[in-house]
Parts: sequence; structure tokens; C-alpha cells
Amino acid sequence: MEIIVCVKRVPLTQEVDLEINPQKTDVRKDMLAYSINEWDNYAIEEAIILKEKQGGTVTAVTVGTEEDEEVLRRCLAMGADKAVRVETGNLLPDSFAVAKILAQVIKGMPHDLVLTGVQADDSNEGSVGTMVAELLNLAHAAVVTDVTPEGGGATVRVELEGGVEEVSRIKLPALLCIQTGINEPRYVSIMGIRKAAKKELNVVKIEDLGLSHDDLSPWTTVEELFLPPETEGAQFLEGDPATVAEEILRILKEKGVKK
Amino acid sequence: MGEIFVVVEHRKGEVREITYQLLWKANELCQKLSHTLTAVLLCGKEEAFVKELKERADKVILFEDERVKTFNGDLYKEILVRLIEEHRPILTLIGHTPWGMDYAPSLSIKTGYPLATDCVDVLFENGRPKAVRQIYAGKIFSRVAFKESKGYLVTVRSGAFPIDKAGEHTGDVIKTEMPPDLPEARRQFVAFEDAGAGAIDITQADLLVSIGRGVGEADKIPIMQNLANLMGAVLSCSRPVVDKNWLPKYHQVGTSGKSVKPKVYLAFGISGAFQHVAGISGAGCVIAVNKDKKAPIFRVADFGVVEDLFKVAEALKAKLA
Repeated sequence: MEIIVCVKRVPLTQEVDLEINPQKTDVRKDMLAYSINEWDNYAIEEAIILKEKQGGTVTAVTVGTEEDEEVLRRCLAMGADKAVRVETGNLLPDSFAVAKILAQVIKGMPHDLVLTGVQADDSNEGSVGTMVAELLNLAHAAVVTDVTPEGGGATVRVELEGGVEEVSRIKLPALLCIQTGINEPRYVSIMGIRKAAKKELNVVKIEDLGLSHDDLSPWTTVEELFLPPETEGAQFLEGDPATVAEEILRILKEKGVKK
Repeated sequence: MGEIFVVVEHRKGEVREITYQLLWKANELCQKLSHTLTAVLLCGKEEAFVKELKERADKVILFEDERVKTFNGDLYKEILVRLIEEHRPILTLIGHTPWGMDYAPSLSIKTGYPLATDCVDVLFENGRPKAVRQIYAGKIFSRVAFKESKGYLVTVRSGAFPIDKAGEHTGDVIKTEMPPDLPEARRQFVAFEDAGAGAIDITQADLLVSIGRGVGEADKIPIMQNLANLMGAVLSCSRPVVDKNWLPKYHQVGTSGKSVKPKVYLAFGISGAFQHVAGISGAGCVIAVNKDKKAPIFRVADFGVVEDLFKVAEALKAKLA
């Protein structure tokens, strides 16, 4: 089974105080640490699990700068066979342009399955995967929590609201947007990354993809970023843990739930 | 005068709440801009809820066919592409739900209409929409402009708008033939399954001790379970805890888990992603403990504690023991 996985390197913003840049078009990223997008980590793991069961190859693809190769090396260390980075130069593609770039790259490679994460942790759009599917005319499913290939297709589970899952049958080739929790992504050691350095990592220049200026011009642009509107917010309980605990128990008693 | 489309989402014979929220926003925009509101409904034969939609839109375009009795992304896309090309609605609103996410991006590629996803507001400036959305898990808001187009697509976050009340409209229902050239769907529905049922029912608890990513590792779960026991509380959690297999799915609070309504919800190490917060809107009182003072959970909590969660947990245990 030939599997292609689209991955993205994103800043880690949990427990970080984000600052908006002076142009108000993005957050200041100079102080942020980066990692593989959480959803993509599950997608690459799922691809490797499928390969281990069924044979075949796993190719990780990213669109970005040389720094973004870090996540490809990580994928190679996890067990991907090769990796491709599309060098975008000065272009800052929006989700539509990224989808077109990815589709153009994937078109030239054999693929039974294309996996992406449900969404990226930074832009939270959740649209690139299904756009790629449409551009490649592939069957697809969003928010996938289980994949079982059988015959010329696969049984997939899609996560809906309220703990409900939708079971369906999909024809291959297909694109699946992978949800977190589908598997337990394996640990990657620095040693593992070093060992994987010998694996194939190709760089494709965006101008060699045959995309027109029109293909790459943005469909949406960020006009302005701003901080969330002020809300009343929480009343903060101050003091050492013992004082705070005392206060919490007082509130529980007041609300009638203290044992 | 233009037209605004709302695509209806329904499951098991019921219209999903998101649809009424989309209708609320669409009604507001139509009043301001003198547009007409069209609900687009793809469903099985003789669904009772058609009436609900007539009361909330200027017209209902109805496709009745067993092939779309249950949602099918391929067929929704094919039918909607044709309908949008015929009507050219200035704006099409779709729920940012697992199903909306399934076909809205494809629809955008097929129609060439630009799309903004997971939006919390839509406004018009000089006849063109702008969308407000959240990025970086709700820490930053973003106002998005579209390229010029005949129409625009927006998927809307669940809970972004109030629910539209019935009674203001008596819309015509326009039964429409399925396109004759409709291809066969490449993905076929098999069944719905409840993955959230289990040994405990978090929806009935008066006091929930709820844990999130901040707990850090599986080994720490017993500490929090023990605290819950001492407090006479039920242990619940946010999504990352289930994703990491630290607790079974039936403990999960949030959009993809359960909505809860305890008298007090005590959140430890939960950052407060909107999917989680949506599940605690029925809680009487929310107390949040988190190291990150900027965690979105503090925006919805009644009381906040900026502290290492285990220090607070141990202090509580000491007082209860």
C-alpha cells in the first residue's frame, strides 16, 4: 500500500503568552518552539501502522522552508520511507494554495491512501485535507478515528458529536483526515532522528510544479489579528495552596456539593 | 437583492441545533442587507422537520431522496455545486461540524467560491463578507477578507450564535428533483455507533473533578481519582486525556464527548478549548485550576486558581482526609 502523509510544522502555543506582530497579520514567532502538528503526528503513526500490517511505502510531504524539514526527519525516524519538501521561497501560501501545491506533488506519486491531520494547531482551519481530495478527485472522509483496509476499500469510522461515531465504507484510493486519539504515536529519540538522516529527503521547488500565478494567489487573507474581547472572566482565588483549598471547599459547601 | 443559503444539518429525524444558529445569523444578515433566506434541505422522504424550517426561512429548497436520508458528503457536494451555480447565493452558511468539514472545502474548490472555516462571526462591508475566526486554539482572533467572487462560503462554529425562534416566516417549500447526472457516492454510510457509553455516567453528577492535559502523565491519574473519591465527585476529563488513553472515552466532556450539567465543575489542568467549553455550558459553577493565567478556561470559569494543579489537589486532600 502506497501511503502519502501531509504534515506541517507548527509553533507550540500551549501555556505561551502570544503577542501579535506590529502588522497585526500574525503572532510573533521568534520566541516560540516548534513541533509537528499534533493531528499530523497521529496521521504519520497511522500510516506507519498500516504499512507494518500491509507492506508498502510511506512518504511524508510538507510545504515550507528548510527549517520545516525538522518534522520530515521526525517522520523518517518514526518509520516513513522517504520525504518531500516543497520549497516555497518568499511565498506565504494560504490554505487554498497549500492544497493546490500538495495536490500537484501527490499527483506525481503513486498513492492508495493520502492521510492528513484533521486540522493544524495554528490556523485551526481544517480545510486543506478535503481540498486536496477534491483537487485529486479522491474519495475522502473527515475526522477519522479508525481505518481498516479490506479488498479495494476500507471501513472508516468518523467522529461525530456527543460520542457518536459514523461507520462507513470508502473506495480506495482515498484521502482521510485523521483525528487525534486514533493511535498512540511512537516515541522519537534523537538517536532515531540521527539514524534516519540517511533516508531520502527530496526538495521540490514550487516553480517546478507547473502551478500558475493564479493557482497560488490567496483566496482569503488575514486582515487583522486581535486579542479576544474582554469578558468578565474568573474571580481569582489568591493565596497559598492551603488557603485556596479552603476557599474551594467553602464554595462547594455554598453550592451544596460538599460531602 | 441577493440570496443567502443555509444548508440544513439533521440526524436521525432531528434538525441539528447548529442549523438554527446558522438561520439566526442568516436572518440577521438578510434583514440588514435585504437579502432572502433560503434553507437547503437534503433528506429522506416525508421528514416531519420540514415544517420547522419553513417557519424560519423565506423558502426551503427540498431534495427528498433515500440516497440523502443520511448525510453523504459526495452527494451533498454534487447537489450543492449545481444548486449554487444556478442560484449564485452571495453567501452560503454551513455548520463547522464533522459533516460540514467533510464537504465545505470540496464545495469551495468545485465552485471557486472562497471559504472561511470555523467562523464565530460574519459581517458585510461594501457588499462583501468578512469572517471572524479564532486561531491558536482561541488565544487570538482573526478577521479574514475574501478575494472577489460571485459568492462566498462560510462554516460556522457551533454555539457562535443563538438559536433562531420559529414563527417569523411561512416559507414556501420548493421540492426539487435530484440531478439526473448524480454520480454514485464513493463513501457509503453503514451505521451510527455510540462510542461514549460506559461504566459511569458523567452527565448525572452534581460534582465533577475534571482533568486535562496539564495532568501530564498516566501515572498521575490515580492521584486525581483519589481526590474525586474523597470529595464524593465523579472523575471526568478533556479530550487529550482520552486521546492519550489515560481514561476511557466515557469520561470525556465536550463536543465529541458528553455535555454535563453539574452544580460545580472543578477543572484541573484544562486549557479550555472551545470544544471542551461547549460541554460545560450547563454547569452551575466552574472552578478552574491552571498554571497558565492566559488559559481560555479562565474566560468562562467563575473562579480561577493560577497554580500547579497537584499542589491544590494535595491541599484539598489534606483538608478532606
